[in-house]
Amino acid sequence: MAAPIDIRRFTGFRALTILCLVVLYAPLVIVAIYSFNDSTSITRWGGLSFKWYFDVFSGPEAPKFRAAAINSFTIALGAATCATTIATAAAVAMHRTGRFRGKTASLALINLPLMVPEIVTAVASLIFFISIGFKTGVMTIFIAHLVFCIPFAYLPISARMQSIPDSYEQAAMDLYATPWEAFRLVLLPLMVPGILSGFLLAFIISLDDFLITNFVKGAGIETLPTAIFGSVKQGVKPNIMAISTLLLGVSVVLVTLSWFVGRAGQSKR
Amino acid sequence: MAGAAPGGASRSEIYRGNGPRLMLPIWVFIGIFLVMPVVMMAVHSFLTKEFRGGVIWEFTFAAYDQFFFDRGLFGDEPPKIEWTYIGIFWRSIWQAGLATVFSLLIGFPTAWFIATRKPNVRPGWLFLITIPYWVNLLIRTVSMKFLIRDTGPLNEFLLWSGVISEPLSLVNTNFAVQLGLFYSYLPFMVLPVYAAVERYDFSLSEAAADLYSDNWTTLRLVILPVVKPGIVAGCILVFVPSLGAFLAPDLLGGAKTFMIGSLIEEQFKGAAGNWPFGAAAAMILLAIVLGVLLLHAHAQTRVER
Amino acid sequence: MNRTDIAIDIDRVVNRYDSVTALHDVSMDIREGEFFTLLGPSGCGKTTLLRCIAGFEDVTEGAIRLRGEDIAPLPPHKRPVNTVFQQYALFPHMTVLENVCFGLRRRGWTEMDAEGRAREVLDLVRLGDFAKRRPTQLSGGQQQRVALARSLAPNPEVLLLDEPLSALDLKLRQAVRVELKQIQRETGIAFVFVTHDQEEALTMSDRIAVMSEGYVQQIGTPRDIYEAPQNRFVADFIGETNLLDVEVSAVSGGMPDLTLPGGMALRCPAADSARAGRGHLSVRPERISVAAAAEDTLPATVVDHVYLGTDIHLHAKLSDGEPILVRIQNAESSAIPATGSMLGLRIEAGAARLLVD
Repeated sequence: MAAPIDIRRFTGFRALTILCLVVLYAPLVIVAIYSFNDSTSITRWGGLSFKWYFDVFSGPEAPKFRAAAINSFTIALGAATCATTIATAAAVAMHRTGRFRGKTASLALINLPLMVPEIVTAVASLIFFISIGFKTGVMTIFIAHLVFCIPFAYLPISARMQSIPDSYEQAAMDLYATPWEAFRLVLLPLMVPGILSGFLLAFIISLDDFLITNFVKGAGIETLPTAIFGSVKQGVKPNIMAISTLLLGVSVVLVTLSWFVGRAGQSKR
Repeated sequence: MAGAAPGGASRSEIYRGNGPRLMLPIWVFIGIFLVMPVVMMAVHSFLTKEFRGGVIWEFTFAAYDQFFFDRGLFGDEPPKIEWTYIGIFWRSIWQAGLATVFSLLIGFPTAWFIATRKPNVRPGWLFLITIPYWVNLLIRTVSMKFLIRDTGPLNEFLLWSGVISEPLSLVNTNFAVQLGLFYSYLPFMVLPVYAAVERYDFSLSEAAADLYSDNWTTLRLVILPVVKPGIVAGCILVFVPSLGAFLAPDLLGGAKTFMIGSLIEEQFKGAAGNWPFGAAAAMILLAIVLGVLLLHAHAQTRVER
Repeated sequence: MNRTDIAIDIDRVVNRYDSVTALHDVSMDIREGEFFTLLGPSGCGKTTLLRCIAGFEDVTEGAIRLRGEDIAPLPPHKRPVNTVFQQYALFPHMTVLENVCFGLRRRGWTEMDAEGRAREVLDLVRLGDFAKRRPTQLSGGQQQRVALARSLAPNPEVLLLDEPLSALDLKLRQAVRVELKQIQRETGIAFVFVTHDQEEALTMSDRIAVMSEGYVQQIGTPRDIYEAPQNRFVADFIGETNLLDVEVSAVSGGMPDLTLPGGMALRCPAADSARAGRGHLSVRPERISVAAAAEDTLPATVVDHVYLGTDIHLHAKLSDGEPILVRIQNAESSAIPATGSMLGLRIEAGAARLLVD
């Protein structure tokens, strides 16, 4: 008896999926492997070694990377915190306050940073800061990051809020909670997974940005991506692979965290 | 009764009257630090350039004139169409388009494959696809360059296995740029297509099979038309950032593969320093992108009606 | 109108959202300690009215007076009424005890007092042992009781219940009905109960308000509503009924004289506003008896029958082709009339009711 035809199966789709994953992961895996290469030649394998990691933390370029890392993480922390707060307020306005003038325009505004090409945002920000006489530096990077982090923080927060029926807050108000108490005691605790997930995504996006940062950073100020870019202009050196692998690890850990937080939130309800 | 209203906004009014107040930070930050800058960029594109960066506040069309017309070395010849910059834009559109096509050819089967797995393993597969997107784009592009260099691991592997006898010269080619773009934005294709395929009603395929259609015919006549909105969304999400991409063409390409991103960057960061011209090029890019997005939005509302 | 036994006085309330009017001039009184039900099909405005009382919908026009005080302008958290929500809306991040304490704490009770009161109410709903559980760890029936306890704890002046049984399965629903009614009697609090289930309404309520399309159709005791419907909607919505076109020749002393399609004459009770002319006669299927065709019966032809165990439904046709449903008890002696056979139907004067639209 012939097997029934599976309407969901197409020959080759599995192979293409595997190809897709190989293309996505091969460069990252290879660089991670080579960052442990003992040899100075970046293509010959000379045995397992951590020396490039020591180089990152104590080699000649260590102070530069340390300063860049501090800038990167400080800016990411600040931008993600502010963006998350702003996005939470916006999500409440969007999902819990009925209609008001400018609601549709507000939604468009939230998504605007996703629609304007990065290079255009970069150029526009540079022109803006220079024209108003704002000195480019950490502050300008922070502001620019804050703006493009907002939609990334907004997406999971808004999705979560939409999935929480407002009957919880209605029940709270029915039980004599003021609107502010209903928000603080009921909605906010239920929002935690969405807010955390939004914060982590905003943090990663800020940590990853190169193009806009490169335009608004000002002379002498570096973040990790701009420092790395400056170094690879002279060729890919093994210490860059080590620092890339570290940064890659941070991103993967944060995204995984965000994913599990989001899932935990889903399964709880 | 708090049902979901169109536009994703719920009708809930539990904190009624607070909307504008809560939305204020959005208007302040995105309004001042994104809308205003874009407006100022538009203004700058009509100003006179100052050598070594900056502008002189004199109104002129010089930047756009320089973009579209060639008036000879001293600017006194009758204007001819200047093909250099239009060419760069055209090449960018072509490169971004090819990257989009490749993404679709690989992304659709991937999305389909994931959507037909058991429901409990699908999130895991999707997560696997999205992780690379969250890894620093610069690092990913540098990694790709490292992998495909003349003396990189890919060539070494191919030489060692005897597939080739001479190293493939991949860096600085159009192919490398397309590969870089494809690699950068592939997750953007998979996710919306997946969302569409996941909602696809498989009994449609059964009905088609019942009416003598084989799987590939069903794909062409039933599945693709039904999931088309997801495919279009995916194509836009890959095409738009590819068009203005900077890192992939800059690191993986060379002079021959110069794209819009590098052209604009050069006006501000490079020695050529011509701010009004850079602003004008950015305006043209923005116009193309917004045009694509508006066209899409228009088509979508027409479908919904 | 200031009777002291009125808990809630709903006075010509209109609710409008955009251009949709959900409530048209709705008026009713809910008495102290009574089990009052708002009954109607979905979209009839019953939930909107309940939410108007709770404060979640606007009262566009009119007033809602709680013991004489107009509460329509007050926000929900300032109204001394509590609601049992349809899906219960138990706070998932709090324990059962914390849920029940929530309202008490908001009213300024100390933690200790609140906990004491909460345990008391949890005992009332027989959930004393579940205080430390999370709502998600409870069964549907237990969640329903937590919701009830939570809204009873602050001792509201009126308890509002928005289809609280609809999420339970049939067996459980029947048990909970009895329990709910018992708790209502013990606490003496007026319950306003919203449902679309007429059986639920008939078995539990002291009085019922039947609503349709934003209008109140009739207010009365379950018996009034079933036996003396005021209009076609009520007769049709509550239970099964036959609506026959009749000719009314005269109305005297509230009792009209009318002629049935087959020419049979009848004198029966009528809705208050019955007048001479054309009208509709409502006859419940179980109040028709089957006899041999005779002078004083309504002639009908059997079309089909449906066997229902305790009863048998006879589908028949009157002489003018109008269908009529007759319900006969499945007794040992009753033979099922064959399809196509002629019957005489007997309608007692007290069993039928003349309606106006």
